[in-house]
Amino acid sequence: MSVIEVLSGVLLAAGALALVSGGVGLLRFPDFYTRTHAASVTDPAGAGLILIGLLLRVDAWDTAVRLLIILLFLTLTSPTATHILAHAARRDGVPMWQEGDRRR
Amino acid sequence: MIFAVMVALLVTMVLALVRAFMGPGLYNRILAINTFGTKTVLFVAVAGFLFGRPEFLDIGILYALVNFVATVAVLRLTHLQDPWSGTEGGEAG
Amino acid sequence: MSLLDHDPTGVASAQNRRRKSTVRLLRTAPLPAVFWLLLSGRYEPLTLALGTLSVAAVCWLTWRAGLAHQSLRLAFVLRLPRYFLWLSGQVLVSAYGVARKVWSPRLVLRPVVESTPAADLPELSQVVYANSITLTPGTLSLDVDEDAIKVHSLEQAGVEELRQGRMLSRARRTEARG
Repeated sequence: MSVIEVLSGVLLAAGALALVSGGVGLLRFPDFYTRTHAASVTDPAGAGLILIGLLLRVDAWDTAVRLLIILLFLTLTSPTATHILAHAARRDGVPMWQEGDRRR
Repeated sequence: MIFAVMVALLVTMVLALVRAFMGPGLYNRILAINTFGTKTVLFVAVAGFLFGRPEFLDIGILYALVNFVATVAVLRLTHLQDPWSGTEGGEAG
Repeated sequence: MSLLDHDPTGVASAQNRRRKSTVRLLRTAPLPAVFWLLLSGRYEPLTLALGTLSVAAVCWLTWRAGLAHQSLRLAFVLRLPRYFLWLSGQVLVSAYGVARKVWSPRLVLRPVVESTPAADLPELSQVVYANSITLTPGTLSLDVDEDAIKVHSLEQAGVEELRQGRMLSRARRTEARG
């Protein structure tokens, strides 16, 4: 096992953990806005960790380029989508959860 | 290790689907579906590595784009005023 | 839209404007072209011709959507990787914080909505800054105004950190002309 393999394993494990925490948060958090935060744990953080972990075990350059392009697209599109979604939800009057409210 | 990532991805996708079914309301569902979509991209990429077929990554790129466009399109459909009011017509603004 | 240059009216300036918009149109071309070449990997005449066609289609669509006035400056692109590195560090740190909240047996959430100052930002820096806010778990930009950004945060500390302005000054420095 080389150093790179260990590093890639660590990154992949961290990414998997981030993914599952995001998914659990998506279920546990009380309202729409807090759930977007949970989703953003999976999106840039989890996805980035996993893609970089995969990148470390690539042997061909065109595969590496494709992975980087996926990473670039995900980091560009996910905040935009989240922002539009939250903006529209706020304009639509989706209520905001405060401490002590019932969960929705 | 890659196999463990695959399992984590599947778990997350199921959790996102549960949220999408439970709702409540439109926005929770769109959020869950969007999350599900990005997980699909990762799934395709990881599956490509697991089966030793890096061509899958092309499908992943395509899916990432389609997923984003789909989210925006659904929002536009449900929200007939455009989400970027004010930037319409670019040059004229 | 302050980036647009308004020429005084007149035939000569109309021509001038048309030439400028053509230049802008051509400036959008390299990005899809490089993207296409990287992904295709085949350099036969037919595929190259199809690629040229699709690049032209993308340029036309960009122009039609009124986005052609936004072009990237080289200095900005060169400074982006450093910003990305710093940002991914931030993202990891705050992702850890949010993940800890997710797994804590009792949910302790005090979400707040507040606006953080973002005055005098050029359009591109504003986009970069707002996207960075959303990209960092725990903070979410709700509304982007001229001089402030409304932020939803999982806790007060997130907003306080933004108010200290480290991300803002970095975003500003990334685009700075020079």
